[in-house]
Amino acid sequence: MQALQELARKLLTDKTANVVIGWGQGPRGPRPIFVTQPEHADRLIFDTRCVHNLATYLNPRRAHLVPFVKKAVVVKPCDARAVAGLIRETQVKREDVVLIGMRCGGVVRDSDMDGKLTEATVSPRCMDCPDREPKLADHLMGEEASAPPKGKGPDMIAKLDAMSPAERWEFWQKELERCVRCHACREVCPMCFCDRCIADKSMPQWIESSPHPRGNLSWQMTRVMHMAGRCVGCGECTRACPVDIPLGLILRKMTQTVEERFGYRVSDDPTVPAPMGAYRLDDKQEFIL
Amino acid sequence: MAAKTSTDKASFKPRIAAFVCNWCTYTGADLAGTSRLQMAPNVRIIRLPCTGRIDPLFIIKAFERGADGVIVSGCHPADCHYTSGNYHARRRFAVARDVFGFMGIDPKRITFSWVSASEGGKWAEVVNDTTARVQELGPFSAYREMEARV
Repeated sequence: MQALQELARKLLTDKTANVVIGWGQGPRGPRPIFVTQPEHADRLIFDTRCVHNLATYLNPRRAHLVPFVKKAVVVKPCDARAVAGLIRETQVKREDVVLIGMRCGGVVRDSDMDGKLTEATVSPRCMDCPDREPKLADHLMGEEASAPPKGKGPDMIAKLDAMSPAERWEFWQKELERCVRCHACREVCPMCFCDRCIADKSMPQWIESSPHPRGNLSWQMTRVMHMAGRCVGCGECTRACPVDIPLGLILRKMTQTVEERFGYRVSDDPTVPAPMGAYRLDDKQEFIL
Repeated sequence: MAAKTSTDKASFKPRIAAFVCNWCTYTGADLAGTSRLQMAPNVRIIRLPCTGRIDPLFIIKAFERGADGVIVSGCHPADCHYTSGNYHARRRFAVARDVFGFMGIDPKRITFSWVSASEGGKWAEVVNDTTARVQELGPFSAYREMEARV
């Protein structure tokens, strides 16, 4: 933590960065903070409760942060994958960001929990995470971390795959009927970077904006399609959802499909081309007559 | 989906929306017509410049507006008028098909095909097969019930 604060102080003093985006103590656990003064660098903290994906503040859609130009961001391995995604899709210039990578052995489900990592408290996103340190980083901090505890739970994708279409329909109808269309899933997402979201367009209105099951279904289907080959599995949409819809489940399924079909693995290497912007002449097409 | 009585099924006339590309399938469908091939009258064709223009959202919208089935068709690989529109579309449809299926839309309701301008016969086949398949599945009543919910 001391090393992190010292580095932030140095970056702000020698103007390598105009702002350091990291976590600070809030009333209910850590929360994202923006440090612009070197003397405030000691407000930065890092522990297992630092769940937020701060890469979302690099998203050009966040106009209030664009004037900072040179941003330093504290990233966990999963956050680094999101930064790589933004660089890959030319939303961020690599030279405009300073990445402070933190070694990470998993985080808890939400920032207001106590920081103890157990099978019951570990965030679902950490269960399959292979990375203990981000490769895309300018500075590497923190202690060597061991793998996060494996959480137990039924494999929901396999469970749903085994159902008939009608049963799956029922399952999702029950989940989606709670949706209030607050669009928190979109707002929190580091990879949702359209200037104007299709869900906000009204002439013509493609997606009904009221919280009706019809619009809820087409909104989630559209969101997942737009996330194809982009989603980094950070699970922020699921965490932000006020009505606990298992949004990560659809995204994980989509990520599986993209990996199986196009051999694309989410990584923190920005030079790997995005799968949906590319194609191969021999892509499988067994479903096309 | 509620069980349908046999009379229901017999009187059910599926409504099928077909999103086709201007250069191959639309021309192929035209050829099917001028060749006077017999086809099921249940398909409404929507012509688009290229399969690359077909957003998976179109498919959702078609179901929303009362379609029981959807056909998506365009130029064969390597034949795209815009060189690569169909290759991009192929990736997109592969993902869309899986995602839609995972959320409960029966993949049997959606047909993807490549039909070239000279394949009038194949178009008639696609139309007849899809209509028969959707006829068998019955109306997309789950979607209609969801729409009716207040």
